[in-house]
Amino acid sequence: MIRHGILIAAALIFGPLVGGLISGMDRILTARVQSRIGPPLLQPFYDVIKLLGKEKVVVNVWQAFCANAYLTAASIAVVLLCLRSDLLLILFIQAVGSVFLVVGAFSSTSPYSQIGAHRELLQMLCYEPLLILVAVGVYLQTGSFRIAAVHALHQPMLLKLPFLFLVLGLVLTIKLRKSPFDLSTSHHAHQELVKGLLTDYSGPLLALTEIAHWCDTALLLGFCSLFWATNPIGALLLVAVTYLMEIWIDNVCARMNWRWMLGYGWGMGMALSLVNLVWLYAR
Amino acid sequence: MFEKILTRARMRSPWMLHFDCGSCNGCDIEVLACLTPVYDVERFGVVNTGNPMHADILLVTGTVNHRNRNVLRNLYDQMPGPKVVVAIGACGLTGGIFRQAWNVVGGVDRVIPVDVYVPGCPAKPEAIIDGVVMGLEKFMEKQHVDIS
Repeated sequence: MIRHGILIAAALIFGPLVGGLISGMDRILTARVQSRIGPPLLQPFYDVIKLLGKEKVVVNVWQAFCANAYLTAASIAVVLLCLRSDLLLILFIQAVGSVFLVVGAFSSTSPYSQIGAHRELLQMLCYEPLLILVAVGVYLQTGSFRIAAVHALHQPMLLKLPFLFLVLGLVLTIKLRKSPFDLSTSHHAHQELVKGLLTDYSGPLLALTEIAHWCDTALLLGFCSLFWATNPIGALLLVAVTYLMEIWIDNVCARMNWRWMLGYGWGMGMALSLVNLVWLYAR
Repeated sequence: MFEKILTRARMRSPWMLHFDCGSCNGCDIEVLACLTPVYDVERFGVVNTGNPMHADILLVTGTVNHRNRNVLRNLYDQMPGPKVVVAIGACGLTGGIFRQAWNVVGGVDRVIPVDVYVPGCPAKPEAIIDGVVMGLEKFMEKQHVDIS
């Protein structure tokens, strides 16, 4: 019981903390790629503290509620991951959080916010089936949806599910809104949608969505680490390499439109998943 | 102590909004030059937001006329406090060479309160960065302003 308490507290504290540090590192590396110096490592934390201290402008009550619900769902998902709970449950809770973010954006009348929300829905439409397929692959490999079963394996899952790991990388790129999938909103210089999805979230509410985004990052990278769960150093290396690839893709790609995203995401994602699943089944 | 951390965070994370109030684009190009690898204001945490609801610092270039004074006022009102306004260039300061034109109201401070004035025609990127950094110090003074 006490062990569970400590785990939950650790997940609640370290989930966002790790996500924030990764985001800070991301910004420095991206700046270096563009031959800039870039902000300090703790920049995301300065941003969030500043946002928390700003004047609270609530465009409507629903949006405020949705920002809080998004953060709650995202942190519950991270806690469940740390408790080695059911993979499907974690993914569904994560999806509920993302839906709340979209509903919040829909509840304001700003056209930027509306279009951003539409595009975020399309992004979810693209990656959610793929995420479930990855979970199905994990089930076929371990015989259970519980993460504890993954940790009981003697051999890294990556060797049996290499294509599904690529699919997870694709999902990660869409979920983190990296180029070429930064359709709904972007961390980079503003685009034609300005801040899209996040346009009407401001001050403390924007800070909540940012912390929730860190939780999402931590959750998905935690999911990636499961593919080399037999060895902590291997898991860490795998996550580091995956994220470096994300930053690289982010910097070499231009933004594409949602039609391309759906075609490429579903075509490539489903094909790779099917190959891997059929291989697992026929083995 | 919490107040101190908050002020520090505010000074290190000024998100800017750039509004061209009818400038000749000279100052605008210099403002955007600050964001390029040569000057790289992201070192100081500056992000070009393009959304008044996310911005902390409003950079205004160009003369204010009777048409865009309402837009300027609107943008300023939409920014959640605490906020700082930096007027850039001769036109933003006083109306510049357009001062006596029939449709010109004058400098930015005729419509909204201005914290920092950056002169020049156009203002140099170094001067604009100096102006923004001076604006950050204004957050120290504004920390006691009631923001609720």
